[in-house]
This record gives sequence, C-alpha cells and structure tokens, in this order.
Amino acid sequence: MKSHIFPAIKMTLISIFFFAGVYTLVVWGFGQIIAPNDGKGEVVNYTTAGGAAAYGYANIGQNFSMDQYFWSRPSAVGYNAAGSGASNKGPSNEEYLAQVQSRIDTFLVHNPTIKKSDIPVEMVTASGSGLDPHISPKGALVQVSRIAAIRNVPEEKISALITQHTEHPLFGIFGPSQINVLKINIALDQLK
Amino acid sequence: MNTEIIGVVFMFGLTLLLAIPFGRYIAKVYKGEKTLLDFFTPLENAFFRISGINAQREMNWKESMVALLTINLVWFLFAMFVLMVQGWLPMNPDGNPSMTADLAFNTAISFMVNCNLQHYSGETGVTYLSQLICLMFLQFVSAATGLAAAAILFNALKERTTDKLGNFYNYFMKSLTRILLPLSIVVAIIFLFNGMPMTFEGKDTITSMQGDTVQVSTGPVAAFVPIKHLGTNGGGFFGTNSAHPFENPNYFTGIVEMVAQFIVPLAMVFALGFYLNKRKFSWMIFGVMTIGFLCLAIPNMIMEQHGNPAIAHMGVDMSSGAMEGKEVRFGTPASAYWSILTTVISTGSVNSFHDSFMPLSGMNQMLAMMVNGFYGGCGVGLLNFFIFIIIAVFISGLMVGRTPEFLGKKVEAREVKIAVIVTLMSAILIKGGMAIAAYWITADPSLPWLNNPGFHGFSEMLYEFTSANANNGSGFEGLGDNNPFWNISTGIVLILGRFIPIIGPIAIAGILAGKKYIPESAGTLKTDTLTFGVMIFAVIFIVTALSYFPALALGPIAEFFSMH
Repeated sequence: MKSHIFPAIKMTLISIFFFAGVYTLVVWGFGQIIAPNDGKGEVVNYTTAGGAAAYGYANIGQNFSMDQYFWSRPSAVGYNAAGSGASNKGPSNEEYLAQVQSRIDTFLVHNPTIKKSDIPVEMVTASGSGLDPHISPKGALVQVSRIAAIRNVPEEKISALITQHTEHPLFGIFGPSQINVLKINIALDQLK
Repeated sequence: MNTEIIGVVFMFGLTLLLAIPFGRYIAKVYKGEKTLLDFFTPLENAFFRISGINAQREMNWKESMVALLTINLVWFLFAMFVLMVQGWLPMNPDGNPSMTADLAFNTAISFMVNCNLQHYSGETGVTYLSQLICLMFLQFVSAATGLAAAAILFNALKERTTDKLGNFYNYFMKSLTRILLPLSIVVAIIFLFNGMPMTFEGKDTITSMQGDTVQVSTGPVAAFVPIKHLGTNGGGFFGTNSAHPFENPNYFTGIVEMVAQFIVPLAMVFALGFYLNKRKFSWMIFGVMTIGFLCLAIPNMIMEQHGNPAIAHMGVDMSSGAMEGKEVRFGTPASAYWSILTTVISTGSVNSFHDSFMPLSGMNQMLAMMVNGFYGGCGVGLLNFFIFIIIAVFISGLMVGRTPEFLGKKVEAREVKIAVIVTLMSAILIKGGMAIAAYWITADPSLPWLNNPGFHGFSEMLYEFTSANANNGSGFEGLGDNNPFWNISTGIVLILGRFIPIIGPIAIAGILAGKKYIPESAGTLKTDTLTFGVMIFAVIFIVTALSYFPALALGPIAEFFSMH
C-alpha cells in the first residue's frame, strides 16, 4: 500500500485537473459556439397576465391555472424551478388517490362541457420533474371549449392553434406527440 | 405498433448495433493494439511520468487490488473533505451550504463506488465546484476503475499460466482516455445542440406568464450528464435527474442518454469475446442477459401502459398509462423501458419516478438490481456475471460427475467458496439492512422516513438497500433518507457492495490464471452453448430471485394484491 499512496495522490490531482478542469472547459467552449443563448438555455419572451414584458425558459414548465390559458400538468413542487421534485406517491396511497379525485373534480368544475372520460390521466397526475413543459394534444383539446368561451374566440381557431403547436414524434416515428404549454399560451395571447 | 413502442425498439436496436464494433475497439484498447485514438499516448505517458508510475510493469491480482483500493481511498478522503467545506469555496453562485459529516460521508462513498445514491438535491445541496471536481471527477474515475477491473479479468482468462495480469494504472488510464473521455465529448456536443445548459452563472429569476416570480436553477449541466450515463453512474445534476427538462430536454436526448448508459456495459460483453477470440461465448452471455432484461422490461412496459387501476376506477381517460411521476415528452413506454435499463445496468439515473410505478413494476426494478448482472455496470456487470458463471460451471460439473473446468482451468473448492461468499454477501447486506431499518421504524413510527403508508413504505426501504448494494443509485425517492441512519447504513452497504464483488471475481480470476492450462478435449464442459446458457439462467434465478422472494412478498407483491 505504501508504495502506491504517493502515485495515487499525484494521479488523483492530475486527473482532477484534466477530467474535471480541461474537459469542462472544452465542453463550455463548444457551448459558447453551438448552444442556444450562449449555453444558458432557450429563452422565450412574452407579456404576463398583468401586462408586463418578461421572459421564461422554453424548457422549464410554468404553472398555468388561470382559465384563459391552457393549463399545465399538476406539479408536486408548484413549478419551483429551483427545487425540482416528484410527488413520489405510491399507487395505492389513499391520501394520494383522494388528491387525484379532487383534481378531477376541479377540472370538471372549470370545464363544465366535457365528460369525465375525456380527461387524459396526465392532466390529473403530477410530472416527474415538477417542471414538465408539455401536455399531450388530448390534454389541450379537452380545454378548448373553456378557453374559447372565456376568450370569446371560435373553438375552431383554438383547435387550429393546437394542431399548429403539436410537436410530432421524432422523425415522425419515434415517441409521443406533445405541446409546449408556454409556447402555445404565448400564441394564444397573440390570437386576434 | 404505435410510435412510442417503435421508439423503444429503435433504442435497443441502435445500442446493439453500436455496441458490437465498439466492443471490438475496447478489446483492442486493452490488448494494447493500434487504434485511432493513439494520439492520446503522449498525454497518458505524461500522466504516468508526473505520477511516478511505471505503467509497463505487470502486476499480479493482489497488487492490482491494492493499487485500486489505495487510489479509491484517496478519492474518498478528497471528496468528503471538499463536500464538507464547499460552502466556503469558490464557484458557488447560489450560496449553497457545506454538507453535514454524515451526508458528505454518504455522498463521497456513493460517487466513489459508482453508485450515486443522492441524499441531497443538486439545486440546493452542492456547489458547481463540488459538482465538477468531486462528483463529475468521481463519475469518470469510478467508471474507469470498474473497467480496469474487467480488463484484469479479461487478461486472466487467456489460455496460459501466469500470475502477471497487466498493470492496473495502465488499464485505468486507457479506460479514461480511450473510452470514456472521447465518448463524453461527443455526447456533450449532441446535448449542447439540444439546448442543455452549460453555464457557470447562478440561478436566474424570471416572471412567469401568470405573474409569479420563479427562480430557475442552472449550471454546467452539459459537461456532467454525458459521463453520468457513459460511466453508468446515474447521479443527477438536478434533484430530479434526467426527468428535469434541463437535464434531458427532449425525446432525442432521451434516446441519446439511454444509448449512452447502455453502450459500455453491452460493448464489454462483446469485448470479452473479441479479446479472448471466443465470440460465441460472448453471444451466449449476451443471450442470457438479454432474456433476463426482456423478462423484466416487457412486463413493466405493459403494466405501466395499463395504468393505475385505482385511478382508472375514477373514470378518466387512461390511454397514456400511469403518468404519475412521468414526463409527457418521454411517455409511458420509454419511461418504463428506462426504469429497467437503469436498474439492470447499475446507472440509477431516472427519467420518471420509481416510487410511483405500479407495485410489480417496482418489484421488477428491485429484481433487476438484486441480480445486478444482466449487463450490469461499467465493467463490474461482467464481474458479477463471472460469479454466476463459476457457480454454474461448478454445479454443471457436479451434475455430470466431472471436475468442473472453465476455459481450460480447473474450478476447485477455493474459487467456488469465494463465488458463494460474494453472492451471499448481497443477500446479507440487503436483508440485514432491511431488518434493522424495519425494526427501527416499527419501534419509533414517528421517524420521518416513509412517504407512503403500508406495504409501499416497506418497499421504499427495501429499494434503498437494494439500490445501495447494487451500487445503482436510483431510489424510491419518497424515502426521507438524509439523516444519520440512512446516510451511514447505506454508506457501509455501498462500500461492501462495491469492493467485495470486485475483489472476489478478480481473486478467482487471478487464482485460475495461475493454474495449469488444460487443452480442450471431448470431456470438457462447453461453456458457449445454449445448454450452459440455460444453466446460468437457472443459477441466477435460484440464487437471487428466489432468495429475495420473502422480502418482495412483504412489499410489492402484498401491495399488488391489496389493489386488486
């Protein structure tokens, strides 16, 4: 062991320098060239509900609970982007099941024209990160009549917006379809 | 077939397609043959010169293990020290505090042993400096340690008699410069294109569309995530790991991350065949591992797609499956596939939260870790599988009444004893730890440990010890685990669960290498056949699956029946 200890220490120091230092700087350098927004993540601009100009991150979901917007999914951490988290509730947990039931009830109160069997399950269950930026196309369609009524816009226009904002499976064949909630809500505000 | 299933089939096929040529390349690297990346040679030599290491000098298995343990000890002391003082060190724009001693102990061990069980949350628990020079550094070197150990095994299985099994430092450095680093840079570039952050700035404060003020954590994520997967480490930059939209922005990065965590373990299986020139033997191992993997993954995808029966009962549209703890951009099939991939190969990164999976899906995740040899972690997966091979050889030998032989070497009592100790050790660590935890929580039910009552709470604790022993690092994250009991108990399980399954197989290999080589004859047990594959599968089933059955019956199986 004694003959290995000094080589081990020296090897450790030089590996830290190279694999934590040089490697990180190389990746950072590439980021400055090829990543969107200098490697800080894609940003989108919008006007808030209060009328102020602001910006947010396209990939970081926001809490949407006002009736004039497409709602985002429930979040275990209230869309706290400085403390992501899931509910970690087990499937048989009674308290959790009661919470899901109450989300269903709330959803029906705000969307009186829809049937319970139209609510996709992801709209009443919390996401993994608590920051899920997406909903499914079904999750958007089920909100059309509420948004059309409150915004006084024909339903077809809202449905067209959904079609336009649906991100299709990768290369058309891999994975699910989805809608970025922030982006579609920005478009909703711009709808004439 | 829908697009989500096609996506999963594609990911598996793509990994296999890449792993075969990559395995050939790895075999060349460990044999010391010429490769495309030989321009790293001067750099490696400089590292050796500065460290005062003669990388040409061959070591026997004992000396390799001493070298391995010594350098791991240095890493542990360094990491624990930095984590305990990180609050005062630079590169801490968010002002995160230093770790308590027990948390630093757990975290340092956990990253040193390639586990990455995280009892802290990345946003608040560590600084950028710690993320890079402790955690990411350990992600590189712990993976390289496992690969170096596997390279020693490869060397020991050659057809000759020797006690010289290569140089540990040489294998270690080549694993870093020739395998992990180049792949990490390629993967990082893909991530950067997809908008993964790479910045040293602290939290940003934004106003949401509804007018809430929100702080957004960020950091040098795109450097961290590639090696997290390529090294089968799995520790997340953020608290929610690869479910976090900055750590895994879209379905494409999801594919890349799944391929990245799978490629090295899979390539190692083929590398063994190329190295020893026994490709059929590799295909036999691949077959056993893949059947085991599919037996766990397919039921999980079906159960998760089926959804939670208790929620179905409420009358909503269940077509997207069990979405609690899952993200829309990945969907249920890819999340269920990942959950088994990450548990069979000791990565432990998650793109969905295992605590909220259906009871039997959770059981399959635990079984994957209990076996820990269907592919398995970087290098160490093959070491675990080697133990199963030795036991299968021994039992087959007894069944036909011949002296058991493996690759021309007699397998005798000493080797089998070591193999059995390694296997039983897992069961003792998991069930022993579980027994203590169950006693403790029963004696004091007010402890803030469990996030869910009843059987599921039992599963949370069982999962934690299983994950620690398998050096996996995923969790039923509802468990309140940042307290001295969990930090220290899992810390001890982590060390034993790492080094016994490395030292044991290397010891067996070292002993076998020193034995007389007996050329193959008509009486030799063929180890590259379907029959032998079935034998290994039976051994795995009996020594792991069945020995954990009582514990699983009290957790996930009981929960399953309570729901139906």
